[in-house]
Amino acid sequence: MSSNTPNEVNKNAQPLIEVKGLKQYFQINTGFFRSIPLKAVDDISFSIREGETLGLVGESGCGKTTAGRSILHLYTPTAGEVIYRGKPIITAKDIAEFRTKATMVFQDPYSSLDPRMTVADIIGEPLDVHHMYKSQEERRQRILELMDHVGLNSEHAARYAHEFSGGQRQRVGIARALAVNPDFIVCDEPVSALDVSIQAQVINMFEELQDKLGLTYLFIAHDLLVVRHISDRIAVMYLGRMVELADAKEIYERPLHPYSKALISAVPVPDPVTARANKRIALTGEIPSPLHAPSGCPFRTRCPYAQPVCAESMPPFREVEKGRFVACHRVEEINS
Amino acid sequence: MDISKLSMHVNVEDFLPATEEEKEYMVQMRPSTTFFRDGLKRLSKNKVAMVSFFIILLITLSAIFVPMFWPYKYESMLGMQPGKPVDASFNNLRPFEYSSTEQARIEAGESVFPHVFGTDSSGRDYFIRVIYGTRISLAVGFFASIIVLVIGLLVGSVSGYCGGRVDIIIMRIVDIIYSLPDMLMVILLASVMKVTLGPAIDGTPLAKIGSNIISLFIIFALLYWVSMSRLVRGQILSLREQEYVLAAQAAGAKGSWIIRKHLIPNCISVIVISTALQIPSAIFTESYLSFLGLGVNAPMPSLGSLASDALNGLNSYPYRLIIPAIVISLIVLSLNLFGDGLRDAFDPKLNS
Ligand SMILES: Nc1ncnc2c1ncn2[C@@H]1O[C@H](COP(=O)(O)OP(=O)(O)O)[C@@H](O)[C@H]1O
Ligand code: SF4
Ligand SMILES: [Mg+2]
Repeated sequence: MSSNTPNEVNKNAQPLIEVKGLKQYFQINTGFFRSIPLKAVDDISFSIREGETLGLVGESGCGKTTAGRSILHLYTPTAGEVIYRGKPIITAKDIAEFRTKATMVFQDPYSSLDPRMTVADIIGEPLDVHHMYKSQEERRQRILELMDHVGLNSEHAARYAHEFSGGQRQRVGIARALAVNPDFIVCDEPVSALDVSIQAQVINMFEELQDKLGLTYLFIAHDLLVVRHISDRIAVMYLGRMVELADAKEIYERPLHPYSKALISAVPVPDPVTARANKRIALTGEIPSPLHAPSGCPFRTRCPYAQPVCAESMPPFREVEKGRFVACHRVEEINS
Repeated sequence: MDISKLSMHVNVEDFLPATEEEKEYMVQMRPSTTFFRDGLKRLSKNKVAMVSFFIILLITLSAIFVPMFWPYKYESMLGMQPGKPVDASFNNLRPFEYSSTEQARIEAGESVFPHVFGTDSSGRDYFIRVIYGTRISLAVGFFASIIVLVIGLLVGSVSGYCGGRVDIIIMRIVDIIYSLPDMLMVILLASVMKVTLGPAIDGTPLAKIGSNIISLFIIFALLYWVSMSRLVRGQILSLREQEYVLAAQAAGAKGSWIIRKHLIPNCISVIVISTALQIPSAIFTESYLSFLGLGVNAPMPSLGSLASDALNGLNSYPYRLIIPAIVISLIVLSLNLFGDGLRDAFDPKLNS
C-alpha cells in the first residue's frame, strides 16, 4: 500500500450525507399467514463530510449491505431520512437526481455484471439511462476515459465480463459507479471477493480515485485491516445497530465499546506495545439472529461486561467524547 | 543470401510503439445490441445445427408449397370418378407405377404425372399424403408449443414474481400434474374427448380442424405447460437475485429499461430454446396418438396416422411405414439438434 497521502478532511466541512434514524425492516413470512419484521438496520444515524471515507465494519449479517442500499434508496427505508447536501431525499424526483450523485460498487464482481453485455455497455449503462452524451463518439470517449481511470485496457471494451478475472471485473464495476461523475460512492465490501494479492491494488486505486476526483466514500468491510488503511472514521455495527463511531486512528488505539474491543483485538498488529495494550478479547457464542434480537443491549449475550442493567434498556448512541459516539450503558466504568 | 534471416537477433521494427491508427484498430466498440448477432455468428459456425436448420427449412417449405402445385389431392381417391365405375387398378400402386387407365393415356401420347411413392389402398397418391401429413404434424407441433409457451410464461412469471402464497399454491398444482403418468393421461383424455368433443363442435368452423386435433391442443394446454412454467419461474427467481438488476436500479434505470436490457436478454434464449425443443416432443406426441387411432380424423393424414395405416399391408408395402417414419425421425432429430445448436450459440458462459 504505497500512496500514504493522508486524506486531509476539513473537519468543519458541511456534511455531504447525513443519515438520521434510518431503519430498514424486512417482513419475513413465518407461516402461511404470519410474518414478523426482520430489523436488518435499526435506527442508525451518522454523517459523512465531503471528501471523507467512513469505514463501516461488523460481522457478516449485521446489516452493512442493507444500510448501504437503503441510504441509496435501493430499498425504500422503513423510517428515517437521508439528507444530501442539506436536502432530504423524499420524492421520486429527489431519488432520480440523487442517483446521478451517489452510486454503488457491489460486493460480488460476478453477479453484479450482466453476462449479456460487453464491458463498454456495462460501463456506459448509467450514461445511457441518464442520456449523458450527445453523440456515440462522446459516449465512446467517456467510456474509454472511465476504463483508463480504473486501469483497464481499451481493448477490453468489446469483451464480455465473464472473460475477466475477479479483479478486472471489480474494476469494471468501479468504472460503472464512476460513470455519472458522482460525489458519493457506497463501496460494499469491494475487495472481499478478490484474491488477497489483488486487494491492495484495488484499495490503492480507490484512494487514488478519491484524490483525483474528490470522492466521498462509505466503505463497507467485515475486515478491519482493509478499512483501517482507507478510512478517516470508522463505524462499527452490530445486529443492525451502530455501536461505535470514532476516528479511525483512535478506535484502533483505544476502542471504547466492548464489541469494538473484541473486533480490534482480533486484528493482528505488528507493534508489540499496542498488541499488549489491546489484550485479546475472544467473542464467545454465535451472533443472534436479527429476528430474535436480545432485549436491551443487542450485544449483551456475548458481552464480557454485561450486567443486569444491560438487559433492561437499549443503550442510547451517545457522544461520550467530542465526535465519538458509543452505545453502551457501562462505557465509562469499563474504560476508566 | 540475406544473412540477417539467419540471425538470432530480433527485428527491432516489430517492437516499435503502435501508431495511432493501429491503436484505433484495436479499439473497436461494438454497437449496443450485439449479443444477438454474436449468437448468430456462433450458430452459423456450427455445421450440425446449420444442416439441421436446412433440413427443417426444406421440409417446412415443401409441406407448405408442394400441395399447391401437386396435381393430386390428399383426399381424392383416383379410382373413383363421378359417373364411372370404380377403377380398382389405382389402388396399391408401387412407386412410379401407373394404373391401367393412366397406362392407356400414356400410350395415347398424354403425359401423366407419376405417383412418386405410389398410392395407398384407397387409390390416393401417397406422396401428397406424406407431404400433407408433414404439414399437419408440423402445424400441430408448432401451435402446441405456442400454447405451452403462453401458458407456461403466464403461470411461471406470476408464480415467480408474486412469490409467497400464490407461488406455493401454483407450484403444488404443478407438482401434482408432474406426478401424473403423462402417457396414460394423454390417452385417457384423448379417448374421452374424442367421444364428447365431436358432437359439441359439430357444425362450427372448428369441426373442420377435427375434434381430435382440438383435443390434442387441449391436452397440451392442460398437461405440458408445467415444465415451461417451472423453467420461467426459475429464471425469474434467479434473475431477481442477480445484483446487476440492482446495479441498473442504482444507475437510475426504470422498470421498462431493466426488463428490456437485462431480464429479456438473460432469459429469452433459454425460453426460445426450450420452446424449440418442445416442438419435436409435441410432434412425437401427436404421432403416437395418431398411431393409436386417437389423432387426426380421417381422411386427413398425419405422419403418425400414415404409419398406423401402413401396418395393414406391412408385408407387401413396407415403404409406406418406412417413409413417414423417416420423415418423423428427420423432423424430430433435426429440431433437437438445431435446438442444441441454439443453446450453445446463445449461452455465452459455454463459449469463452
Ligand atoms: N431482501 C432481504 N429480505 C429479507 N432479509 C434480508 C434481505 N436482505 C438482507 N436481509 C437480512 O438482513 C440482515 C442483514 O443483511 P446484510 O445487510 O446483507 O448484512 P451484511 O452486509 O452486514 O453481511 C441479514 O440477516 C439478512 O438475512
Ligand atoms: S450495554 Fe452492557 S451488554 Fe451492552 S455493550 Fe455495554 S456493557 Fe456490554
Ligand atoms: Mg454484505
